[in-house]
Amino acid sequence: MSETQHFKDYHRETRIFWARLAVMSSVMLALLGVLVYRYHHLQIVQYQDYATQSDRNRVHIQPIPPTRGLIYDRNGILLAENRPSYTLSVVRERAGDLEETLDYLQTLVEIRATDREKFYKLMHQRRRPFEPVPLRYNLSEEELASLAVNEFRLEGVEIDAQLVRHYPQGDLFAHTVGYVGRISEAELDNFDEEEYRRYSGTHSIGKTGLERHYEDILLGEVGNQNVETNARGRVQRVLERIDPKPGGDLHLYLDVRMQQTAVAALAGRRGAVVAIEVKSGGVLAAVSVPSYDPNLFVTGISFADYRSLNESLDMPLYNRFIQGVYPPGSTIKPMIGLAGLDSGFTDVNRSISDPGFFRLPNTEWIWRDWKRGGHGGRVDLKQAISESCDTYFWDLGNRMGIDRLSEFGSHFGLGELTRIDIPNERRGVWPSREWKRGAKGQAWYPGDTINMSIGQGYVLTSPMQLAVMTATLAHRGVRIRPQMVQRANGEFLAPVIEDRFDVAEAHWDAIFDGMAEVMHGQRGTARVAGQGADYRMAGKSGTAQVVGIAQGEKYDSEALKERHRDHALFVSFAPLEDPQIAVAVIVENAEGGSSQAGPVARKMMDAFLRGKYLMPEQPEGVEEAATPVAGRLPSQPLARRVIDTGGVN
Amino acid sequence: MSGQDFLRRLPRTGFGLGRREALQQRLHVDFLLLFLLLALTVVGMSVLYSASGESMVTMRRQGTFFLIAFTAMFAVAQVPVDFMRRMAPWAYVGGVILLILVLVVGVGAKGAQRWLSIGGFRFQPSEIMKLAMPVMIAAYLSKRFLPPGLKHVFFTLLLIAIPTALIIDQPDLGTSILVAASGIVVLFFAGLRWGYIVLAVIIFTASLWPIWHFMLHDYQRQRVLTLLNPEADRLGAGWNIIQSKTAIGSGGLSGKGWLEGTQSRLDFLPEGHTDFIIAVMAEEFGLLGVLMLLGVYILVIMRGMMIALNAQDSFGRLLAASITTTFFVYVFVNMGMVSGLLPVVGVPLPLISQGGTAIVTLMAGFGILMAIATERKRVMTPQKK
Repeated sequence: MSETQHFKDYHRETRIFWARLAVMSSVMLALLGVLVYRYHHLQIVQYQDYATQSDRNRVHIQPIPPTRGLIYDRNGILLAENRPSYTLSVVRERAGDLEETLDYLQTLVEIRATDREKFYKLMHQRRRPFEPVPLRYNLSEEELASLAVNEFRLEGVEIDAQLVRHYPQGDLFAHTVGYVGRISEAELDNFDEEEYRRYSGTHSIGKTGLERHYEDILLGEVGNQNVETNARGRVQRVLERIDPKPGGDLHLYLDVRMQQTAVAALAGRRGAVVAIEVKSGGVLAAVSVPSYDPNLFVTGISFADYRSLNESLDMPLYNRFIQGVYPPGSTIKPMIGLAGLDSGFTDVNRSISDPGFFRLPNTEWIWRDWKRGGHGGRVDLKQAISESCDTYFWDLGNRMGIDRLSEFGSHFGLGELTRIDIPNERRGVWPSREWKRGAKGQAWYPGDTINMSIGQGYVLTSPMQLAVMTATLAHRGVRIRPQMVQRANGEFLAPVIEDRFDVAEAHWDAIFDGMAEVMHGQRGTARVAGQGADYRMAGKSGTAQVVGIAQGEKYDSEALKERHRDHALFVSFAPLEDPQIAVAVIVENAEGGSSQAGPVARKMMDAFLRGKYLMPEQPEGVEEAATPVAGRLPSQPLARRVIDTGGVN
Repeated sequence: MSGQDFLRRLPRTGFGLGRREALQQRLHVDFLLLFLLLALTVVGMSVLYSASGESMVTMRRQGTFFLIAFTAMFAVAQVPVDFMRRMAPWAYVGGVILLILVLVVGVGAKGAQRWLSIGGFRFQPSEIMKLAMPVMIAAYLSKRFLPPGLKHVFFTLLLIAIPTALIIDQPDLGTSILVAASGIVVLFFAGLRWGYIVLAVIIFTASLWPIWHFMLHDYQRQRVLTLLNPEADRLGAGWNIIQSKTAIGSGGLSGKGWLEGTQSRLDFLPEGHTDFIIAVMAEEFGLLGVLMLLGVYILVIMRGMMIALNAQDSFGRLLAASITTTFFVYVFVNMGMVSGLLPVVGVPLPLISQGGTAIVTLMAGFGILMAIATERKRVMTPQKK
């Protein structure tokens, strides 16, 4: 009997199946009934309503774009605003013969070939039916009038007042605030349904800088209205309306006057300046010179304009303070000194004898100090910093070894993204054994450590990273993420502490002391830049080699082309007793960090601490010995061209 | 009695077939089903011609896909049913692996990642699952005692849940519903006890409240609400529904005529040639056209259920019933969502909507039905030991 249990009961299964089929068929029948009822309801009962609605689809839904949030500097000065601008658009579905309409419009208003080209490009992008496609922006009063007179002849042509982004400060904030531009086809393709909805009616999107990073806050929420239109597509009546919510405003740490001071201090030389408020990490100024006018990009830059910006040798589009990575040179010496103190490889009393070169023990390899003949018989840490003695740091770095250097530097954010609130930042390099194995496929050599000790070799840092390093020094081991925005949509964005590490107070004092000596000491390299100040400051110069110098070759700056000259670097903070501001400066191909970049840093500190702001038009200050280097190229005016708003296309 | 008489009295055992039936069995084709499918193809092509704005490119593409699809159907119909049963676990496991691959290395667009790209050729592994799932579940359950015990029910649900979750993750809600339904339906036809069904419904309903209040973020809740009531979001999902309802409603009893639909012709109706094609049909052919299309669908479903009833064993029966019911789910969900009854979840109207792979999969499914229908009948004389 038990064996039969293992046979399936075929008849029972069949019975069950029949019963289930009966149930399922009833369910299907019921659901089909629902469907039939639904279609009957739509097509017979509500037929009249829908037939009317479908009649040329007179009633339809229009998105109402929100106004984009405004951007202010720390004193409430507008950096990005929205200006009304009259736009001429064409609704393809209503326009009849498109070519004919465009030709006729051309007789009324100025339509350039590029306008037409852009119009066709936009028209072929994905869009809602009956959505107007813009043809001309910034219509003048006369053009408005001539269009209005001929309105009856213009089927499918619309004129509407749109808000267009405007940057009143021009090129001053191009690299920080950034710009908005038309939503590109690639961006449109990447939109998900939600984004497609949020951007309906909105034509622009943040492309760079804060405009891009804070896009979500600035955009706002789209509204919509149900409108009744006549056969020409003109709105007759608004039936129902949901208002858009305007985007949130941004209030920055950046200060227009500080930006102007930075540009004025660079006096047309290529370079970058970053100033950070030590306690908050707020960025007070960040400029990259030369710059460009962001207003050119708002409604679509012309091909010729873009090419001249893009192909300029001065690279105005290139954001030097986050994308430019340079060897930091001697600017990192104070940090290396601190590492030596902290790890016990040196102390304030230890001194070395400097013959003007360093020989890697047991090898023939020799590194020559920048000062021929050396800095004397007894160089201690303070003197090594204030006179920028290479030999001292070569010796120190060699004894500490790569692993300690690499670990200590990462506390200062070297080789890491600063995570500042604008996109496209470069990481730079703060090397380690693993890095070299990964990037070069080679082992780490002692000689690499020597180069690294004075910020040469593989080391690359952006001016923003140098400013963060300096602020971290000034804040005695507290590294705060640099931030441009202080309040977004009314909400205070609290500073973010990235790292906090402990070093004995006496060691900090020693480094501060050395850096103060740079500015105020009798033999300090930047004593000229520190002259006549009524507060005490700390600083360190640096020189970044652009072209490597082979062993034994003599350094001859005159022979090098202008673009192969060394970059001048300077980092500093002040006041010494209670640091408020940290500054990093790079002047490209200017040589001499102390003489060229130092005064720029000083002007930034004078501006912030003493209110001595400069205006870009103002002639150069007089306190520095000016040292006009013969043959320096004047900055090309290309990027500073101001386009009057009437001419934007 | 002579042997001849004996044979004649057993008309369904494979020896005394009429000429037509013999031909069907040799070709492995069910003529009635084939005729209905061809009718749907003709209707589909003519509606698509209008919906695509009389685009010959679209017609050629769709025609090619139909050719491939019918070829696939004939090919699948030749496969012995028992072989399908034995291959089921391999197809299922292979499908799951491909679905995992999609999540890892898949390509996609507009926030969804659904395709695998092999040498420039793209395909959707979830399509494979649409067939592998019912075959697998039917193969598994047909070997157990039916109705299935709690252990087997549990294991079956697990088999259903894994691919469903993977497809939801892509995300592709429409396909995941179809895949899950094709598995659950097998369970239902296998005789899942009513007690379990009631229990499942109670647990599901009871869990909605805590999930809604504790597990979902605000934006997720908003998304569900939009899904349930698209008309609240007039620029997003609501736009399609408002336009498709207008198209359907303005069709009236007899429609505006072929190629005369203003909603679709004026580009008001987005996706008019894919998921929302029934709106074009309703606008141009009216309620009568919709009813006639429904009629053909009902005939297909009836034929499928007859094949299930006449199948030789549990496996064929369950599989045929599942494929047929899933076909119904396609029709109901699509027509329901376009008319605003159901949330918009992206299910095409079978054999009418444009879309290559979905049509091939559907036809391969009908190939399975035909294989079951024309399986060589074995003489089963129940023997008791």
